[in-house]
Amino acid sequence: MDLRKLREKVITIATNAMEGHIPSALSVLDILWVLYDRVLKVDPSKPQLPDRDRFVLSKGHAAIGLYVILAQKGFFPMSVLDTFGKYDSILGGHPDKNKIPGVEASTGSLAHGFPMSVGMALGLKIRRSPSRVFVIVGDGEANEGPTWESALLASHHQLTNLCCIVDYNHSTDRALQVGDLAKKYESFGWETCSINGHDHNEIFGALQRTGSGKPYAIVADTIKGFGCTDMENSPEWHHKYPKPEELPALLESLR
Amino acid sequence: MNMRQQLVQTVESVLTADERLIVLLGDIGVFGFRNSMKAYPDRVYNIGILEQATVSLAAGLATVGYIPVVHTIAAFLIERSLEQLKIDFCYQKLGGNFISVGASYDYSALGCTHHCPGDVGVLKNLPGMEIVVPGTSEEFDTLFRQAYANGHPTYFRLSERTNSHTYSSKFGKAEVIKSGKQLVVVAVGSALEPVLEAAQDDDVTVLYYTTVVPFDAETLREFAHSSKILLCEPYYSGILTSDIMNALYPKPLTIDHVGVPARFLSEYGTIDEHNDRIGLTSKHIKARMASLIR
Repeated sequence: MDLRKLREKVITIATNAMEGHIPSALSVLDILWVLYDRVLKVDPSKPQLPDRDRFVLSKGHAAIGLYVILAQKGFFPMSVLDTFGKYDSILGGHPDKNKIPGVEASTGSLAHGFPMSVGMALGLKIRRSPSRVFVIVGDGEANEGPTWESALLASHHQLTNLCCIVDYNHSTDRALQVGDLAKKYESFGWETCSINGHDHNEIFGALQRTGSGKPYAIVADTIKGFGCTDMENSPEWHHKYPKPEELPALLESLR
Repeated sequence: MNMRQQLVQTVESVLTADERLIVLLGDIGVFGFRNSMKAYPDRVYNIGILEQATVSLAAGLATVGYIPVVHTIAAFLIERSLEQLKIDFCYQKLGGNFISVGASYDYSALGCTHHCPGDVGVLKNLPGMEIVVPGTSEEFDTLFRQAYANGHPTYFRLSERTNSHTYSSKFGKAEVIKSGKQLVVVAVGSALEPVLEAAQDDDVTVLYYTTVVPFDAETLREFAHSSKILLCEPYYSGILTSDIMNALYPKPLTIDHVGVPARFLSEYGTIDEHNDRIGLTSKHIKARMASLIR
């Protein structure tokens, strides 16, 4: 299944469930695609291997994006995606680590996954594990205090095994300007780079790097709703599901 | 040895025996843990004054196989980090230990920002959170060793005031201090000391709880020889009322309680002055017992 098909799946399952944050999922989908396809050392048939890399979706509301990637990689069957939002489903609007194979942390309330990933990285460092920890945070999450507490902790403990990817889709601009996030992370003692969060070569190049003696932040410039022309940068779609009659036109507008 | 000294001794001992234990100090107890910080630089940290991220970080450590101990002042460990305790430990079913100092008003002269009579009440609303209120240093040592690695989040509430004698020896189990017919007194943690003084000459049952959650309903059912109950707790009063009613349902009960009233204790002074003012004294407890028995 290619990325366009996965975008179609994101929109379709949200429409059927009448739930989900579609634009946030599309915002991170390219990053997740490259991460799971070419970077993360994980085995979908053995999702609990001790020396696996860890991925944490700290902005848990982008969950459907993660679900379609996990299904695509074989952590669970594609058919499970169609249960999204149902009473007995393992898949809800935010990911649950105790239900979903491959999910490392249950997130939803912002700025919990990031400090948890700092703890994972610290624990793996103490154990001298070769594993890396990747976490995606949103720019809205940069409003939260524990985001910066986490940034302080990671640099103080020199967690070179930690990579924080900031999905900078400017969703918080209407509320609180967070400014130059790369400079902010640098001032907190991180090594940083800035990329186009939809360019797969840039994403792959950035994900391969690690900080020299520092944790490493990738500030990914992204577009909320990327790939669905009607939704791109449209705040009204943040937490809105399409009506069934709107679905064909939306799918038609997919890139 | 006071409870803070016991904390250091107990945790240092477990650090030696169990390589999974990691200690995160919120810039509190650092002098006490100075030797273990040197001995185990990878497992004992003065993590800083950032309680919310510290609790989440501890959860991250738990996911990779460690058993975290987070230690700081009760108000900051529990009330400031409540959502982290709720989501990162209870909801995600991770094991960890949260050990506070300060209790309700041990920092009496520092004022209400450093008081925490609400800790047990709010934690009781977090499904899966275990709550331990030891009454002596020895009880902390025993209960911590029994519970620290049980895979659940567990709160240990240390206090400056302790009981004269150690009774509790089993996590999750109440102790029958005495058995009588006229009244059942349920005492939690350091509230036992004034209860025993008040009850020494009366024909009453005294049950002593150091584990608040999970609540030992069985012992209460077995020894509730009276339907009159006096509940004595060293935090906001009445927290165990529903557990007592559920344990003894459908028996009609008369329940009174002694503890910290639901208001800000904005006075300063000493712990004993606060105890006197709010009635956490043997004299006041004896009067409440007499009123119930009458």
